[in-house]
Amino acid sequence: MFVTYLALTDFRSYRDVELELEPGVTAFVGPNGQGKTNLVEAIGYAATLSSHRVSQDAALVRAGAERALVRVRAQRGERKAALEIEITPRRANRARINGAPVQRVRDVLGLVRTVLFAPEDLALVKGDPDGRRRFLDQLTVMVRPRMAGTLQDYDRVLKQRSALLKSASAALKGSRGNADLRTLDVWDAKLAALGAQILAVRHELVTALAPHVARAYEQVSAGQGEARIALVSSLDRVADDAAPPAEADQTPSAALLEARLLEAMSRLRPQEIERGVCLVGPHRDDLSLELGGLPAKGYASHGESWSFALALRLACYQLMTTGVPGWDEYQDSEPILVLDDVFAELDTGRRDRLARLVAGAGQVLITAAVPGDVPEELEGARVDVMGGQVRRVR
Amino acid sequence: MYEGAVQDLIDELGRLPGVGPKSAQRIAFHLLAADPDEVKRLVDALTEVKNKVRFCERCGNVAQDELCRVCLDPRRSDATICVVEEPKDVVAIERTREFRGRYHVLGGAINPIAGVGPDDLRIAGLMSRLQDGTVTEVILATDPNVEGEATATYLARLLVPMGITVSRLASGLPVGGDLEYADEVTLGRAFEGRRRISA
Ligand SMILES: Nc1ncnc2c1ncn2[C@@H]1O[C@H](COP(=O)(O)OP(=O)(O)OP(=O)(O)O)[C@@H](O)[C@H]1O
Ligand SMILES: [Mg+2]
Ligand SMILES: [Zn+2]
Repeated sequence: MFVTYLALTDFRSYRDVELELEPGVTAFVGPNGQGKTNLVEAIGYAATLSSHRVSQDAALVRAGAERALVRVRAQRGERKAALEIEITPRRANRARINGAPVQRVRDVLGLVRTVLFAPEDLALVKGDPDGRRRFLDQLTVMVRPRMAGTLQDYDRVLKQRSALLKSASAALKGSRGNADLRTLDVWDAKLAALGAQILAVRHELVTALAPHVARAYEQVSAGQGEARIALVSSLDRVADDAAPPAEADQTPSAALLEARLLEAMSRLRPQEIERGVCLVGPHRDDLSLELGGLPAKGYASHGESWSFALALRLACYQLMTTGVPGWDEYQDSEPILVLDDVFAELDTGRRDRLARLVAGAGQVLITAAVPGDVPEELEGARVDVMGGQVRRVR
Repeated sequence: MYEGAVQDLIDELGRLPGVGPKSAQRIAFHLLAADPDEVKRLVDALTEVKNKVRFCERCGNVAQDELCRVCLDPRRSDATICVVEEPKDVVAIERTREFRGRYHVLGGAINPIAGVGPDDLRIAGLMSRLQDGTVTEVILATDPNVEGEATATYLARLLVPMGITVSRLASGLPVGGDLEYADEVTLGRAFEGRRRISA
């Protein structure tokens, strides 16, 4: 699929900008701080309803404006869709598809599909687990848009259950709080039911993603070391040592996971009440990244970490293009590949290999501060970005 | 702790549903700093509502007398109770003309973040209405969001062991929403297709 048109009103540094796009490579070129990333960030937002740079929408609205408007036209085969998202911080966003308002903004998920690689992605390798969980959640929504609601509900249940535990914990310790835990069983049940759906999808997703990551890393690094990923479920971390080890099932069913979550919560209940936090569930998962048998975090060199982060994104691109085996929805739809400021960070070898890897992709959007940062293999359209103005130069 | 009158105000505010100690303090100091007229308007509004509007002693719906119009209507069935969160949900369901039983208004949903637990809802009142065996079915029509679902599950776990038929509105309502915003047709269909909860 590809985007044919992008228009921004009061988004980031842009008061009003309009841009036609084509399949193939487009490079956005201009000095630092001119608004290149802002453009691709908007396309990423249309795809994921979130920014790759900030978690709060407020920064996306032009300083002084009340709301931002992102308009995108996308084409997939013969099918065209026009998408409009109005971003109003601290209020519910609004969206239209082909001019018609949608009931829930998340209904637009799946219309535009992107894989975005940016300098921030280094944190996937070097940073905390929550970045890797966000990576998994985003991929989940890209491959299975229906899961967006489940993820949202889970988040809400988690907050409610945590509030209940926290209040009980405070009451136990003699400060103000409420020791009434009659509804805890209900929250356990909700957390387990939603959490199990998320975990089941994550297991499938990571299993499907792993071979793509290994291949992508090999291609980017020219065969230096083997990259492995695995889901580290909080269920395994809190497992009862006395109980027989759970079968090493790569893709356990949601029913099994729900039972395991309930079991773990009932076993951990005293600790959860004591500490006032939810100790088990997808919000405590991690994705382990290993390079040549060693954890990437703390061991991998800076360049290796970059390659690993890049391999994760390229793997997403492959997975979204081929689809997850057994999942019928949204198979076979090559996403738009966005490479934000990537080439300047890589050594010549990796840079050339990456360029060759992505040269055949359906639509590639690149940002670079100087024209020389765009590899020759990726000759294509060029848009100069300067002071909030865009100008097609090639 | 603050001086007498201020602390009294904080304590009273803290008793309101959904108002935690921090919010109570914030509201109290807002009122202290507020324009006397503004405070007077609030006091008047409170007195008005207490004098003129009241809640049905049986079901918690808004009423002009001890009992509301629904509870007083002899043509309605006593065998079925529909449990909702707010009086405005009664209005929404009445619009569908699908339901001819009685209501029970909880006054909210279980919401630990807002400090709302079972004792803050009219659950005891519901239980006492179920004692004499007249009611055979309870329809749980709490909002189709996380808190509404949790409340429905909590009630179902109390009611099913009592031998009462418990059902939940069919899906098809906009998930994550408020019952009152569902259109009549959708809400009516959700009523017809309600499913029984067994466990
Ligand atoms: N909400 C906002 N309102 C106004 N201006 C903003 C807003 N958010 C960001 N900007 C401005 O946008 C500019 C950054 O744009 P962007 O990140 O797209 O730069 P860039 O061209 O990608 O630069 P670099 O080459 O350094 O990555 C900054 O000058 C910043 O001040
Ligand atoms: Mg940039
Ligand atoms: Zn009544």
